[in-house]
Amino acid sequence: MLLWTTVKIALRSMLANKLRSILTMLGMILGVAAVIAMLALGNGAERHVVKWVSRMGKNTITIFPHNPKIPPVLHGAAYPLTIGDARAMLKIPGVKYVSPVVASNEPVKWDGNSTFCNTFGCAPTYILIHDFKVQSGHMFNDFDCRDMATVAVIGPETAERLFGSQDPLGHTITVRTVRFKVIGVLVPKGRQGWFDPDNQVLLPYTTAMTDLLGRAVALNRIDMQAQHASDLNRVQAMAQRILRIRHSLISGDEDDFWISNQLQIIKISTRIVDAFTMLLGSVAAISLLVGGIGIMNIMLVTVTERTREIGIRKAIGARRRDILRQFLIEATLISVLGGLIGVAVGVVAAHYVKFRNFSGVVEPHMIVLALSISAGIGIFFGYYPARRAAGLNPIEALRYE
Amino acid sequence: MVELKKNSSLLEIRGLVKRYTLGDSEVLALNGVDLCIEEGDMVAITGPSGSGKSTLMNVLGCLDDFDAGTYVISGEDVSSLTGDKLADIRNRLIGFVFQNFNLLPRLSALENVELPLLYSAHKDPKTSAKKALEVVGLADRMHHEPNQLSGGQRQRVAIARAIVTNPAIILADEPTGNLDSHVGREILDVFHDINDQGRTIVIVTHDSNVARHCRREVQIRDGQIVDIIEHNRSARELVAQAV
Repeated sequence: MLLWTTVKIALRSMLANKLRSILTMLGMILGVAAVIAMLALGNGAERHVVKWVSRMGKNTITIFPHNPKIPPVLHGAAYPLTIGDARAMLKIPGVKYVSPVVASNEPVKWDGNSTFCNTFGCAPTYILIHDFKVQSGHMFNDFDCRDMATVAVIGPETAERLFGSQDPLGHTITVRTVRFKVIGVLVPKGRQGWFDPDNQVLLPYTTAMTDLLGRAVALNRIDMQAQHASDLNRVQAMAQRILRIRHSLISGDEDDFWISNQLQIIKISTRIVDAFTMLLGSVAAISLLVGGIGIMNIMLVTVTERTREIGIRKAIGARRRDILRQFLIEATLISVLGGLIGVAVGVVAAHYVKFRNFSGVVEPHMIVLALSISAGIGIFFGYYPARRAAGLNPIEALRYE
Repeated sequence: MVELKKNSSLLEIRGLVKRYTLGDSEVLALNGVDLCIEEGDMVAITGPSGSGKSTLMNVLGCLDDFDAGTYVISGEDVSSLTGDKLADIRNRLIGFVFQNFNLLPRLSALENVELPLLYSAHKDPKTSAKKALEVVGLADRMHHEPNQLSGGQRQRVAIARAIVTNPAIILADEPTGNLDSHVGREILDVFHDINDQGRTIVIVTHDSNVARHCRREVQIRDGQIVDIIEHNRSARELVAQAV
């Protein structure tokens, strides 16, 4: 029998039991919609993370003074990161910018207003590496660093908190106990989860290290930017080799520092998001399983109800596989139609359900996946009832009332 | 037993035995049945209930297997066939007409008649089905569904479905059993018409009036053929007038 004829028969039988078909489909609709929505939200979250990481600069490499593989107690003997280490990085081919960074969280005051914010002692290149723009005034320069100038560039949020609607330029703020003149205000980037780049104070690293923090050698980070994304791994390897020599490490010693580049951070972040997506998707997939069991249940009822029809078909020459195919197609049709509606519902849900910073992004492969899964479920759960129908004895089936 | 030409028979069964087990006792539903049916014949199989005539009908219709004996239809030995091969024989060589019509609801008359052709990958099922409906005089009702048709019309559709594959034999099981007598008469007329066109017909019935419409009547008791009665044409016509 032609496939299309079989499909028509199946459609007709579904239409004859509209409510039942719709209720059976509902399981598939909800399951597929949930899977699509979860995958889409995971995808949206992943894109969001990638965007977020990228917003903090392109092709960045960061060196930290601790190796997370070494227990903290052994770090006593390790070399701290020094200005000399940072300078050595400049010699690596493919490196565009380098900035030493000392970071702390400080109370910042002006005219009775005060706020706590991240304070970074850095080089002028810091804003280039991390893609900050200055909206008024200007960034401090190399001379300010050399001269240990007491100048500061502040984030827009910090400016708002301290100065309200007033222009902060030229005013003197107090960071902990040290007074700095505001010479620039940054363009807002928007809050990024746990870190607010708009509420920060940038100081020349020399001034921060001597006047504010009083530690002349130890850096919290060395931030660098490679010319091209393709340079990242090579630059990172080179930086590692140089630091190992500078820190007098011999082969067999673990690094006493830790280097990560932006691609690695993106990779790790997306891996975390992927894990969550998998988890949520699996939970949603369980509802698909339940939908499949619903289909099996209804198909068993259908086969019993249509025993006589099966007998008639067998009497006029339907083979085992004709009957098997007829019921298998009916089950698959219910699941695939449910899947199609579920995809539509899932796409709409993914679009309208917004988390704080992102909404779901549906991609074609998700739809293909969801539809193949629903077809698979129809075939899997439809097979047993269909086989039961195909195996009926025609004489008994004809006698069935 | 009446001997018939052995080699040219359309349908030939020899020594047919069919056993059933009911609980721990064994029932011989058919106990050595020999029967030959020639092409163009119209045969009634009669007998009281429990005589084995339904079992014989199922075996003739290739719906059931049997325990001993041989069955050759249209030159094909179906004795050892099972499953899909039997389904194929049913499709090609046998047309069924049932007491309760057994049409598929929700399908039009035309679609019901097309159905056997769909299982044999026929090239133009629609045209053949229309022709079959014309033969039974229902060309004007082909788009009606069974529940929009009278009992007699339904049985005509069933006959059209039986003849549409051009089978070797039409097997009818109490075809007039659910119809009142004058409608039953019309249905028998349809059988006569298609028999006159050369189709071989076997009617299983307990109604002796129906049996007398046939050329021959095979009487069954306790799983065996006890008598074969020839009804000559004039006698049949006489009966026809009487009924």
